[in-house]
This record gives sequence, C-alpha cells and structure tokens, in this order.
Amino acid sequence: MSGTPLLSLAIWVPILAGFTVLATGSDRNAPLARMLALAGAAVGFLVTIPLWTRFDLATPAMQFVELATWIPRFNINYHLGVDGISMLFVILNAFITIIVVLAGWQVIDSKVAQYNAAFLIMSGLMNGIFSALDGMLFYVFFEASLIPLYLIIGVWGGPNRVYAAFKFFLYTLMGSLLFLIALIYLFVQSGGSFSILDWHQLPLGMSAQTWIFLAFLIAFAVKVPMWPVHTWLPDAHVEAPTGGSIVLAAIALKLGAYGFLRFSLPIAPDASHELSGLIVALSLIAIIYIGFVALVQEDMKKLVAYSSIAHMGFVTLGFFMFSAMGIEGALVQMVSHGFISGAMFFSIGVMYDRVHSRQIADYGGVVNTMPKFAAFFMLFAMANAGLPATSGFVGEFMIILGAVKFNFWVAFAAASTMIVGAAYTLWMYKRVVFGAVGNHHVAELTDINAREFLILALLAAGVMVMGLYPLPFTEVMHSSVNELLRHVSISKIQ
Amino acid sequence: MGMQKLYLLVPLAPLLGAIVAGLFCRVIPRWVAHGATILGVAVAFVASFVIFQDVMAGNTYNGSVYQWLSSGDYKFEVGFLIDQLTVTMMLVVTFVSLMVHVYTIGYMQDDPGYNRFFAYISLFTFSMLMLVMSNNFMQLFFGWEAVGLVSYLLIGFWYTRPTAIFANMKAFLVNRVGDFGFILGIGLVLAYCGTLDYAAVFAKAPSLANTTISLFADREWATVSLMSATCILLFIGAMGKSAQVPLHVWLPDSMEGPTPISALIHAATMVTAGIFMVARMSPLFELSDTALSFVIVIGAITALFMGFLGIIQNDIKRVVAYSTLSQLGYMTVALGASAYSVAIFHLMTHAFFKALLFLGAGSVIIGMHHDQDIRNMGGLRKYMPITWITSLIGSLALIGTPFFAGFYSKDSIIEAVRMSHIPGAGFAYFAVLAGVFVTAFYSFRMYFLVFHGEERFGKAVQDTHAAHGKHDDHAAHGDDHHADGTCGVYDVHDVHEEHHGLAPGQKPHETPWVVTLPLVMLAIPSVVVGYLGIEPMLFGDYFKGAIVVNHEAHPVMEELAHHFHGATAMALHAVTTTVFWLAAAGVGLSWFFYLKRPDIPAAIKARVEPLYTLLDNKYYFDKFNEAVFAGGARLLGKGLWKGGDVGVIDGFFVNGSARLVGFIANMVRLFQSGHIYHYAFTMIIGVFALLTLWVGRV
Repeated sequence: MSGTPLLSLAIWVPILAGFTVLATGSDRNAPLARMLALAGAAVGFLVTIPLWTRFDLATPAMQFVELATWIPRFNINYHLGVDGISMLFVILNAFITIIVVLAGWQVIDSKVAQYNAAFLIMSGLMNGIFSALDGMLFYVFFEASLIPLYLIIGVWGGPNRVYAAFKFFLYTLMGSLLFLIALIYLFVQSGGSFSILDWHQLPLGMSAQTWIFLAFLIAFAVKVPMWPVHTWLPDAHVEAPTGGSIVLAAIALKLGAYGFLRFSLPIAPDASHELSGLIVALSLIAIIYIGFVALVQEDMKKLVAYSSIAHMGFVTLGFFMFSAMGIEGALVQMVSHGFISGAMFFSIGVMYDRVHSRQIADYGGVVNTMPKFAAFFMLFAMANAGLPATSGFVGEFMIILGAVKFNFWVAFAAASTMIVGAAYTLWMYKRVVFGAVGNHHVAELTDINAREFLILALLAAGVMVMGLYPLPFTEVMHSSVNELLRHVSISKIQ
Repeated sequence: MGMQKLYLLVPLAPLLGAIVAGLFCRVIPRWVAHGATILGVAVAFVASFVIFQDVMAGNTYNGSVYQWLSSGDYKFEVGFLIDQLTVTMMLVVTFVSLMVHVYTIGYMQDDPGYNRFFAYISLFTFSMLMLVMSNNFMQLFFGWEAVGLVSYLLIGFWYTRPTAIFANMKAFLVNRVGDFGFILGIGLVLAYCGTLDYAAVFAKAPSLANTTISLFADREWATVSLMSATCILLFIGAMGKSAQVPLHVWLPDSMEGPTPISALIHAATMVTAGIFMVARMSPLFELSDTALSFVIVIGAITALFMGFLGIIQNDIKRVVAYSTLSQLGYMTVALGASAYSVAIFHLMTHAFFKALLFLGAGSVIIGMHHDQDIRNMGGLRKYMPITWITSLIGSLALIGTPFFAGFYSKDSIIEAVRMSHIPGAGFAYFAVLAGVFVTAFYSFRMYFLVFHGEERFGKAVQDTHAAHGKHDDHAAHGDDHHADGTCGVYDVHDVHEEHHGLAPGQKPHETPWVVTLPLVMLAIPSVVVGYLGIEPMLFGDYFKGAIVVNHEAHPVMEELAHHFHGATAMALHAVTTTVFWLAAAGVGLSWFFYLKRPDIPAAIKARVEPLYTLLDNKYYFDKFNEAVFAGGARLLGKGLWKGGDVGVIDGFFVNGSARLVGFIANMVRLFQSGHIYHYAFTMIIGVFALLTLWVGRV
C-alpha cells in the first residue's frame, strides 16, 4: 500500500471543505459557497475511490491502516482502517454527499454556507465512524456526527422540528450513555486498551457479554432504528429538509447496523448467539408490523421513512442468521438502501419544492405534467419494492434465500415483504403519479430540470448497476465476512 | 458467428429496440420507434429459427454468460439453457411478438403514447426470452418479475383511466402473492441442493425424493415431503403468473390494457410462463404425486369454472380473457397428469389461435370505433371479411374442431387425463370434458353475436353513447400530439377504448393491412401446427432430455402413444368421440340461442337469477379480496399505527418518559428552596443514612 493517508483524507477533506464554505459567510456569497461545497464533496469522493481500486480482496485484515497516539494517558489512539465490511460505506457516504450538495443547490437559499458546511462536516465525521478502530475515537465521531444533523433539522427543518429534535435526542441519549459505559467497561477489562481489534480477542464471561451486548443493542437499535425504538425516525424525516432526509436514510441509519458487525458480534459472540432469537423476532416485527403501518400513511415522507425501517429490519435479520448469505445480503441491502431511500426522499423533495405538500391526497396525475420525473420515480418505486435488476432485489433475495436454510418460517415471514412492500409503494405511486391531473397544483407542475435529472440519473445508475452486476460489491466483502463468521463461531467463554 | 453469440443476440436485439424507442421516445419519429423494435424482434425471430435448426441437429447448450453474484458457498449466474423446450418457447414468443409489433402500427396509430408502447412490448419480449432461456432459478425469477413489471406498465398504459391503474396494481400485487410462494420454493431448492443451476438441481433431486422436512419444531405430525413442499411452493408462483384459481383475479381486469398486449402478454406468452416453468421443472414434479394432484385439481377448477364466466360476458375482450383462463386451466391439468409435452403443445397452439382471437377482437374494436360491447355488434362479416374469416378459424381452433391446431392439443389433454391415475384425475376428467361444451358455447355465442345476425350497431341506444356523444373521431385529436413527441401525454379527450361506438348510420370498416396481415399470419399456424406438430412433439423424441417423465409411475404418455395412429386418423376418429359431439352441441346450442331464438337466453337469465348473479359477480372473488385482504390490511395498518406507534410507544413510553422527567424535575425543584437550613437538614439526613448503611454492612 502506498503511504497516502486515504482514510484521513476521506475524513478531513470534507471537514476542511466545510469550514472553508463556512468562511464564505453570508448569503451574498451563496454561489461561491455552493461551488466550494460541490468541489469539496467531489474531491472528498475522489479520494475514496482508491479505497476500492487498491483494496486487497484476499485479506480479512484492516487495510489503509493509520495509527497515531491521541491521548496517551488513556491509551486512546487515532487508529483508522477499513475492511470489506466498512469500505463500501465510506465510498457510499462520499457519493451521497455530492448528491446532497446538488439536491440543495437551488432549493436552499437562506444560510447557504452554513447548510452546506453542516453536510460536509457531517460527511467527514461519518467517514470517521466507519473507519475508526479505536473505541473512543469511534464514540467521539459517533456523537459528534449528531450535532450537524440536529442543526440541519433544527434550522432548516419544518414547523414541528422542535418535537422531532427532542424525540431524536431523548432516544439517542439513552443509547449513548449505555454505549459509553460499555466502552469503559471494555477498557478496564482489556487492561487499558481502547482498540476495537483488541476487544475482538478479549475473553469475556457469559454475563459480561450479555450486559455488553444489551448496552450495544440499545445504542445501535435506536440508530438503525429497530422496532420498538423507531418512532423518532418518521418524525425526524418529516421535519428534515430533503438533504437531511437523504443523509439520514442513506447513511445515518447504517451507523447502527454497522455497529452490530463491528462491536456486538465480534466482542460478544456468545451473547450474540444466545440473543439472536430476540433480534430475529424484532427484525421480523419491523418487517411485517412496519410494512402494514407504511401502507396507511398519508404523508409520503412518513411512508418512505416506515419503509426504511422495514428494509433495515432485513439488515438486522441478515446479520443474526450467522451465514455468509445473510451478512453479505444485509450489507448489500445497506448499500442498496442508501441509493434507493436517497432517491425516494429526493423524489419526494422534487415534488415538495413545487407543491409544498407531502400529503398523498394533494397529488394525483403527476405523470401528466412530469413524465420524465415519473419514469425515474417508477424505477425507484420498483427498486423499493425489490424488483429484480434493481439493487433492492439483491439484498432481499440473499436474505430470504439464506433464511430458508436458517428457519423456514422466518423466511416465510420475511418474504411477506414481497407483497406488503409492493403494496405500500405501488399504492402510493398510483395515487401520486398515475391518474388524471388531480388539481391545479399538479396542472402547473414543471418537469425536472437538468440538475434534478443529473441527481436522479446518478442514483438510478447506482440502483441499476448494483442490480445487474452485484458481484463486485460482494467480492470485496467475502474475506472479511468469512473471517467474522469464523470469529463469531468460536466461544469467548473460558 | 458462433452459436453462443447467436443465443445472446436473441434477447439483446429486442432489448436494444426497446432502449432506442424508450430512451429517445420524445425525439424520434414514429417510424424509427416501430422500425427499431420490429427489426429487433425480427432479428430475434430469425436467430431463434436458426437456433431451432441447430437444436434439431442435436446441439443443445447449457452455459453461463456471467457470474451475477457469489456468497458463501453459493454462486448465482446468468446463463442460457438451449434445448428443445427452450427453442419451442423462443419461436412462439418471437413469432407472436413480431405479429403483435406489426399489428400495433395500425392499432395504436392515433395514440400519443405510440413510441412508449413499442418500447414496452420490446422490453417485454426481452424479459420473456430471458425467462425461457434461463438455465437457473435466479434468472428465471428475474425474467418472471420483469415480465410482471412490463405487464404492470402496459395494463396501466392509459394511466389517466382509474380502472386501468387499479387493474395494473391489482395484477402486480396478486402476482406478488404467487411470487411469495415461488421464492420460498426457490429457497428450499437452494437450501437442499446447494445450487440454483437447473442441471445440478435436477441431478440432485432424485436423491432427495424421500427427504422430509418438519414444519413445526421437529414434531412428527408436522413432517412433510421436501419435494411436495418445494413443488407446491413453486406452483404457487405459477398460479399467480398463469392465473389459476384463486390467483386468477387479475387477468380479466388486465383487459384494461391496449388489445395488442392482451394478445401478446395476457394470452400467448406471459401467462403461459407458469406452464412453461412447471414443464421445465418436470424432474422435480415427477417426484411428488401430492404436488401433481394439487396441480391437476387447481387446473381443473380453473378450466371449468372460468369457462362458465365466459358465457355471460358482453365485453368482447372479456369473453376472450375468460376463455384464456379456462385454456390455461387445461394446460395445468395436462401438467398434473404428467403430460408435460402435451401442456407445452397446447401452450403453443393456444398461443397462435388465442393471439389470433385477441387481435381479431382488436380489429373488431377498431372497426366498431372502440365499442367493445358484443350486444352492439352483429352482421360484421359483411364489412370486415378478413377479420371474420380469421376469427372463425381462431374459434374453430379453440373449440377443438378436427384438423385444426386446437383439436390435437386439447384432445390429447383430455385423453391424457383419462389415462391418469393421480388422485384428482377423475374430477379433472369431468371438468375438461364439460369444459369442451362450455368453450364451444361461449366461443360461438361471441362469434354469432359479432359476425352474424341482425346489425345492431349505429343505433346509439346505450347510455354510454350519449355520454361520449361529443367525441370526435380518434384520428382528429390524435394528430395534435404528434408534434410534442410520442411518449404519451394524454389530455382529457384521449380516453381510449371507452365505448364510443358508431354514430347512427355509420358502418364498420375493415382494418388496414398492418392489422389484417398479422391475423392471416396467425391463422395459418392456428390451422396447421397441430397436424404437423403432434407426432414429433408428443410421441416422437422431440422433448427428449428437456422433459422428464417417470413412465413407471405415470405411464400416461405411453398409453397415449399406444392409441395414436397418425394425425389424420386421429382427426377422422374424432367424429366418433364424446368430445366432438360435446363441442358440436355447444356450437349448435349457441346458434339456436343467439341466432335462431334470441329471446331464450333472456328468459333463462330471468329464471335462474341467483345463478346469474353469482356468475355476474365472478363467484365473489373480487369482493372477498377487497373486503378481507385489502380492507383487512388497511385496518391492521391503521391499528398498528394509531394503537402501537402513536398510542403505546409514543404516547406511553416516549412522551411518558418525558413527562416522568418533568415530574421528577418538579419534585427535585422543591428541594432547591434557597434556605440554608433546608440544605443543612438534608445533609444531616444524608449523612445519617450513609452511616446507617455503613454500620449495617460492618
């Protein structure tokens, strides 16, 4: 490997770009702020490309590792590295950042610099989460990334943003505290190490593992979010601006799921096996219960938010089947959901910018006035319903097929999403897009412009490529996932 | 050019046509759209024919194109299996598709969505070819869902019509119910065979014939045969796609789509995918008599009871749609009787004559200026001679007139069921026999009402006519749209295929050659393909290796062969059989009822009011589904949302804990009084309490 600190660049390029954008100051310099933000996001994306091209498929070990002392007194290190589990998310995150900057281009016209800066800084922080190998570093990034998200919802959000932010805060607070306690416990147990990789090898008794697992579970379950700690998400989405919703769905939800693979499974493997039934049950509830709840939503954003929860239910289900198909399917589902949910929220944003409503009842016959948009929206709706040749199919296919081997009835319950998922997505599409022109707002709609076309085309390319040729995406995972499975199958109880 | 490149060319040529017509539908003129797509499908047809000859020469192929995905020990590939079964399907699909493409030039000429329509039907052709050419379950499922998507897009082609966009969603969701079973079946295949490759699965399957799985916690009573479970789950997929009871409800509604796709997708090709799939899986189905029984009973119910519904329909397309349902039932019955080759044979003959009947119906609809009600027709043979003759040929083929294509395939099905000893075969035999009479009756009811008898058009007696009285001829306002591209933007006046009808005094007219040519081209195989095909396809070794039958357990085909003495002898012998006279009776009765004494049907209808109501409501399947499944799902969703999320989780836990925090804060605030003696007192209490604890521990 070359000596370029790629991961540091992936983290600090967007953050520095963010502060540069912030320096442009007031809205008089808005065009400059936008250009700088786009340049920062683009460079931030480019520096992540070598992570894939130079990635060594053969090794399960951490790659592009950087290690520097940070706080020697507590043995806290600036320790970075990615493996086949985390690498794709760094790239996805950098990609989505470009989308988000473009998405706010003509839409956000107040506090433009601050808006773009918040997203760039958040992007860097989230790359930090995915590449941190030091527990405390992870925790710092994990908590810090919430601040920009609070600001985005709180400043550029909708009328009910205070309640949404409060709910979000209440949920996260509970999880964060337990997470911190677990980290400190592990620090003490491991004789003074914050290295996540050391913790993977740390022998722990059953009760210790169980407590750690539960502490992690609460922290991560809120983020995923899993049923029943999911109710903050629909509210947060409804209040967030389009860009906020895209990042929230495409990246932020993946942080919790990633935590399961980086912390819960390898640090507490015995407890993971012991409590897998609980997670599987919660995942199936998320898939079925939330699917029905999504069916009756009247607000498009809420509908897609609930659909996200159901799709993330597939992710947690895939993890806790302890098979390569399950875990890789879940990882594929996470990346795919990044494209699809981002595209769905952006599509809703396109309509919201024109009509200023998210209510399904306020639309009808959008295809008549926005045929190009309707074609893209159809693709993403079908991807959301898991149609083959889109990325949405790949993960669900792998997880359902893996589940048949795990337990037929689990597969049976999970496969019900094929009906319910299609029902809520297509019913919404029918009421919003198809039909005769519903009202004068719809009659006055203008079709997507070049910028919106570009964003939708980029996301559509992601959805289609991953659907038609997912092999390269799973290839990078094989070594790390196999190593994880091998590691998890060995008991840590001595 | 190597054969493998030719295999690749077959699906890719239509795909390319679809991309040209679809992505550039705004900018290209109409002739480019239909030129590109017709060229693509024609190339696919010619290539299929070359491949057919190559396969006949003994060159089958099974290989992968690219690896789609790998995970753990599993590999998923995109690849082709080219054998006799595949190539038969390829020829049928590309030929019917080509005819429908040509026909569409005439049928959709005034439609603002002209280019988009061509893009869709070419995309459909691509998807269907990927489905039939697949060498593994994954790609099969790919094609399976892709044809479902295009079907969805085409049923809702006229997206401003509320009925169309309801029908397309219904079709997609009902198919998804089938796919739910299908994917679980595929999951069982993968779990027990470790691969989704057909050849490997079929090689492994016999060793799993006696494997059982427990459906509930390893209890004895919950044990079922693996093969039965797998095959029944796979067949549930076929029930959705091939519209078998009770998943048939979407097909009649799919008639909301333009007529060319009713012919291509909802009669000739896509709906037969389920039949094809079961025939392809014959090595698995042969291992489970339970599954075969299930198949034969479902097929028999569909064949007979959907036929009854055809009798009372007045929409020309719906009559043909119910006839399609019934004929799909016949094919399914053949599958259940282990007569897979007969099912495929009927699939082929049916594809020709049913596409012909649908396109003929479309021609009538054009001639009638988009009136679809057969009660408003009559005597059309004078005005539309080509449509008349070709429709007569199609109807004769459908009812199984000796020497026509449908005779050979349908008669073989009936004979095969008679020979079958599978449980349920007795009922199936009765159903297919009674179905012959019913088919003949409703087919010729429609034929007589449309082409013979009194000329009832142009009278403007229907209420619907008054409502649409203001409408101009289609061509008049269709032209307005040519300038702004042809992807299809409909204004209010563009509501197509509503019951416009002929104005008083107006006469029907024969349709242009692009419409009648496909009718003639389809009429030819509707006559000859049975005569030519029966000997090699059923009794020769045409399907050798492609279809596997356990002749010891299910000796149906051998017994059929024993009674077969050539195609001519079979047709001549038919006159002495019950089947022939049942069909003749059906034709005779319909002649008597609808030409001779038209007052009788009305009288009968009045006498058997409850029965008529039952049929008119299509056995209440739709009402049941709407109330129980759709209504139930919405109710459940509302309950979980308002009760679970809003009530319990948010109302009690989230907001409750917020209130709890507030409550505690209020209590604690009482201590913050600001008086020094309060704090001192609290401190003393605290010290006292800690001392007590400490002393207690010591």
